Amino acid sequence: MNNMVVLPLLIPLFTAVMLIFFHKRLTIQRWISGVSSLASVFVSVWIVLEVREEGIQTLHMGGWLPPYGIVFVADMFASLLVLTTSVVSAACLFYAFRSIGADRERNHFYSFVHFLIAGVMGSFLTGDLFNLFVCFEVMLIASYALIVLGGTRRQLRETLKYILINIVSSTLFVAAVAYLYAAAGTLNMAHLSVRVAEAGQGGIMTVIAVLFLIVFSLKAGLFLFFWLPGSYGAPPAVVAALYGALLTKVGLYAIIRMFTLVFYHEPGFTHTIIGWMAAATMILGGIGAIAYKDVSRILSYNVIAGVGFIAFGLAAANRTALEGVIYYLMHDMLIKALLFLLGGIIVALAGTDKLQQMGGLITRNPLLGWMFFISALAMVGVPPLSGFIGKLLIVQGGLESGFYWTTGISLALSLLLLTSMLNIFMNAFWGEEKMAGDGIWKSPRLLLVVSAALLILVIFLGVGAEWVDPYVSQAADVLLDAQLYIDAVLKE
Amino acid sequence: METLMAVAVGLLFAVGVYLILSRSLLRIVLGTSLLTHGVHLLLLTMSGLKTGAAPLLGEDAGRYVDPLPQALILTSIVISFGVTSFFFVLAYRAYQKLGTDDMEQLRGQEDEY
Repeated sequence: MNNMVVLPLLIPLFTAVMLIFFHKRLTIQRWISGVSSLASVFVSVWIVLEVREEGIQTLHMGGWLPPYGIVFVADMFASLLVLTTSVVSAACLFYAFRSIGADRERNHFYSFVHFLIAGVMGSFLTGDLFNLFVCFEVMLIASYALIVLGGTRRQLRETLKYILINIVSSTLFVAAVAYLYAAAGTLNMAHLSVRVAEAGQGGIMTVIAVLFLIVFSLKAGLFLFFWLPGSYGAPPAVVAALYGALLTKVGLYAIIRMFTLVFYHEPGFTHTIIGWMAAATMILGGIGAIAYKDVSRILSYNVIAGVGFIAFGLAAANRTALEGVIYYLMHDMLIKALLFLLGGIIVALAGTDKLQQMGGLITRNPLLGWMFFISALAMVGVPPLSGFIGKLLIVQGGLESGFYWTTGISLALSLLLLTSMLNIFMNAFWGEEKMAGDGIWKSPRLLLVVSAALLILVIFLGVGAEWVDPYVSQAADVLLDAQLYIDAVLKE
Repeated sequence: METLMAVAVGLLFAVGVYLILSRSLLRIVLGTSLLTHGVHLLLLTMSGLKTGAAPLLGEDAGRYVDPLPQALILTSIVISFGVTSFFFVLAYRAYQKLGTDDMEQLRGQEDEY
């Protein structure tokens, strides 16, 4: 029992409610948002250290012992993701202070962001399947509001599609929960794991597992990503950064959790499917990333490719690959947020989303240019930077498990993604100056500072890999041995 | 009884999916709400439809029906109610601004950024 575990959920929730009362007072809103996001970072660091010292932390809501009550579980995997989420959301909030515009701020923008963060944190920390559904909905409803806030024609059009896809996938989620409840008679994840292990993962359980895979793949953009590029292009850059960094990763987290904790008995079937989906996602994401000539679509397809890559690590499912997954997941959240934020500055300065109409930004914004260049290299996985270790471990794990073809695809994908990022870099920064930009944001200094902070973290994650390694290794322990999680939750 | 309910749920799903695949926005919204009706019935059915008292301790019965799925359904109903009302308002705004409810005409156009 540790009451701190619920704080990453409570802080943004409380902040969001507070902000409703001050929605006309922009300065107060910014102060409250900023302070609360920093408090979140502080609490998350504290939880990570606590889990490192004392093992998995649990919290029984209302004092009801699991499996009867709702339980919050902070193992190292969830804590690391909570920490990354809080860092990314703090960066996005500070970026939003300068970029989002007073109209959106007055209409509850920060409240929605905090509700979104609360949903994400809840999804990472909960140990109960239906509670996961509710946290998903908290996150999704906030995301509907954020994607349409502003009400341009494009936003309205894309929101209609986004909301429809998510209603259908949430409906399937409830159906999957219903089937699983009928088959296992419980909703607590640790208890489910025990029940599934006792009854054996026969035909019905595997069907339910595949249904869950479909549901979470729709949310994560794993193979079923047709909705993603359109939706991520519609809202402002900072919202797209939050989505690219957080929403798909929550779906991935749910897939990883379900297939390492509950449905890990038939890897020959389920993990093979995941492997195929991952390979298809990487191929299609890579093709999309080099096919398009506008910044937002290139970045969206990069998100998709990253999702495929992480799922490939899960399919390989040995220790090396899972450590790689954890490492790459943290890296991917940071780097996707960073790239969307930098992309937002580029689009604002150039005044257009189209690569053909850009050019020569490097003469006036050398700092922005080199930051973008370094983060592009980090995303692709050039050695001293953060993408490298995760990618190396996943590739190594894939080879150990005999996924030779998929490993080949993942390596080829890195080249495609590098091409796509250099496409942006060369078109936007090199060449003769075509300043179509009316300089919507006069002084992007704060924006650059925020991006630089993220970039430093990305570099640190690569250079300080030795220092991060024990945490990642501890997180992988739980993913490899479900019994650790079950013991922590059920035996206290 | 469960078989009958399963058939009913299947019908609701079929009609819901058919409506979602149509072109008119309003039909799509109706399709999603039929789909949610379907899963709520499914949730009720899958927990078993054995006879028993309503889950109130004052009933003082020998056996009660399972209270957990009822709580889940109640939660899910409220959530889908919120989402559906948002979807309706969104459809209304989109109709006002875009001037059509035909999903075929809601493809991306390059000139409207």
